[in-house]
Amino acid sequence: MAQPLEAGGRPFEPGGLAPAAGPTAVPRGRSSVRRWWGRFARNPGALFGLAVFLAVVAMAVFAPVLAPYDPIAQGVGKPLARPSAEHWAGTDSFGRDIMSRIIYGSRVALVVGIVAVLLAMVIGVTLGLISGYYGGVVDVVIMRVMDGLFAFPIIILAIAMMAVMGFGVRNVIIAVAVGFIAPFARVTRGDVLAVKEEPYIEAARLAGVSGLGIIFQHVLPNVLAPIIVQGALRVSGAIITEAGLSFLGLGPPPPTPAWGRMIAEGQAFIVMAPHVSTFPGIALMLTIVALNLLGDGLRDTLDPRMRR
Amino acid sequence: MVRFVLSRIGQTLAVLFTVSVIIFALMRMIPGDPVLMRLGDDFTQEAYDRLRGELGLDRSIVTQYVIWLRQVLTGDLGDSVLNHERVSRLVLEAFVPTLLLVVASVVVGILIAVPSGIVAAMRKDSPWDYGSMGFAIFGYSMPSFWKGIILIWIFSVYLGWFPAMGYVPPWTNFWEGLWRLVLPAVTLGTFFSGLVARIIRSSLLEVLDQDFVKAARARGVRRAALVYKHALANALIPVVTVIGLQFGALLGGAVLTETVFAIPGMGRLSVSAILNRDYSVVQGTILVGVFAVVLVNLLVDLTYAFLNPRIRVT
Repeated sequence: MAQPLEAGGRPFEPGGLAPAAGPTAVPRGRSSVRRWWGRFARNPGALFGLAVFLAVVAMAVFAPVLAPYDPIAQGVGKPLARPSAEHWAGTDSFGRDIMSRIIYGSRVALVVGIVAVLLAMVIGVTLGLISGYYGGVVDVVIMRVMDGLFAFPIIILAIAMMAVMGFGVRNVIIAVAVGFIAPFARVTRGDVLAVKEEPYIEAARLAGVSGLGIIFQHVLPNVLAPIIVQGALRVSGAIITEAGLSFLGLGPPPPTPAWGRMIAEGQAFIVMAPHVSTFPGIALMLTIVALNLLGDGLRDTLDPRMRR
Repeated sequence: MVRFVLSRIGQTLAVLFTVSVIIFALMRMIPGDPVLMRLGDDFTQEAYDRLRGELGLDRSIVTQYVIWLRQVLTGDLGDSVLNHERVSRLVLEAFVPTLLLVVASVVVGILIAVPSGIVAAMRKDSPWDYGSMGFAIFGYSMPSFWKGIILIWIFSVYLGWFPAMGYVPPWTNFWEGLWRLVLPAVTLGTFFSGLVARIIRSSLLEVLDQDFVKAARARGVRRAALVYKHALANALIPVVTVIGLQFGALLGGAVLTETVFAIPGMGRLSVSAILNRDYSVVQGTILVGVFAVVLVNLLVDLTYAFLNPRIRVT
């Protein structure tokens, strides 16, 4: 599913912003970070998102310490036992501890979500930089391919990729990443086109800086903020896509704990043991809500369209 | 207007061409020799060479693409390896329930989003605003497959109001079909309504902030009257765009939702095809899915141009 924030409407409401100090005086360094934090911290939703996201990260990093049981060990409790003091989230049909599986499942979710988005970001931004800076035939070819990729619903493209590549975490990451390349390329290209006309780029070109030098030293830093915002907004989409693939049985193979597969496994027992699906779903939903709120907060405070 | 329509159709054809190349390339990347797979136990070198020639695999990759494209354009998507049915028939049969679910979800989504977006904008920063925006965020943050299971749990298992799963085509039994469509449509519709409600709210707020609205307010026109007479029509135009932008996401969501509700649609067809290595069916579902997305985007852009005079005249 995913890319739900595609249609954020007109998210750049210019409310509550100090007038910028002029386009040449883009604030850098520590004071600008502090000023950004000041704006960010005023948004309770974004703070909540950040807190939950950090908690999920901690859960993934310290999973071996936090998880009360081995996530793939069967029969640590009675099958389909309800939540209790020993098993906070109950057990699944194999008698595995659901809480431990949720804790370990955060690893799959975060690794796939973050690595896939980073991968898509590196490829998409590079393509967008080349496309926007050089223009001409290169631009046309790259952007038409991106248009084609963009037409695929992400989950359908990911399903197709899994069909071609076979299962496994690495392939899930690639499959999810491919679906997110086009938006990064588009955003980057658009901003490069705007930055390209700025006098300092002209100056660098006249000073004899090479094309690549201009792209990486002068263009990239100036288009980075919207790219970071895009990245933050896309992680939730990537995690939902991974969960969707897992749910369909096309994700990381069992017994790897993945939230999507846990939800799918629980569906058969929804009448007698609703907790099997419910708890992994809550973990997934909280993570997605947190990332969406965090992304919204970053967008509202980081996007240069609001600073300029 | 004519020029705009023609250029949009041209762009659409270009996108479809790229899409076809991507799908063709994907299908060629599938591991394994398609000739060997078809021959099975009847392998002889002679038979191998003959079939390879028949499939056109001994020609250049460009020729292969042209042959493939000609087949696709004439609606020949091959046969399913599994049950030897025409892929085109299988895919179209599966596409109908999926499309029905998407349409029903858009209807449900708009029914929820318009009132909640209006309420949020009219009572900005009130509990109504926070409530409906919170509902919106949860609506599109909840994975559809999980939301579906929870809805089944509450409304089928616990309350017993709706059937838990299954599909009846509304043209064979209208009310039964509609009844069974309610839970899946609410599942996917609340995702869509979450997006739309936020957009209606922000575009309403923008319109309400404009001078002509302030002037009308100063003349004593009531806010509610303003919203319904002036602001809402403006605020609804972006909704058309969202349908276009999100049609792909809705189709993807439908693929997952119908798996939960055991609706025999594109999701079930493509997943079972993947698990059975029935690649011509996989290809067929992807082709039809992407084609639908591209087509809907074209229609939405044309509708938008029609609604928006600034584009219409250029």
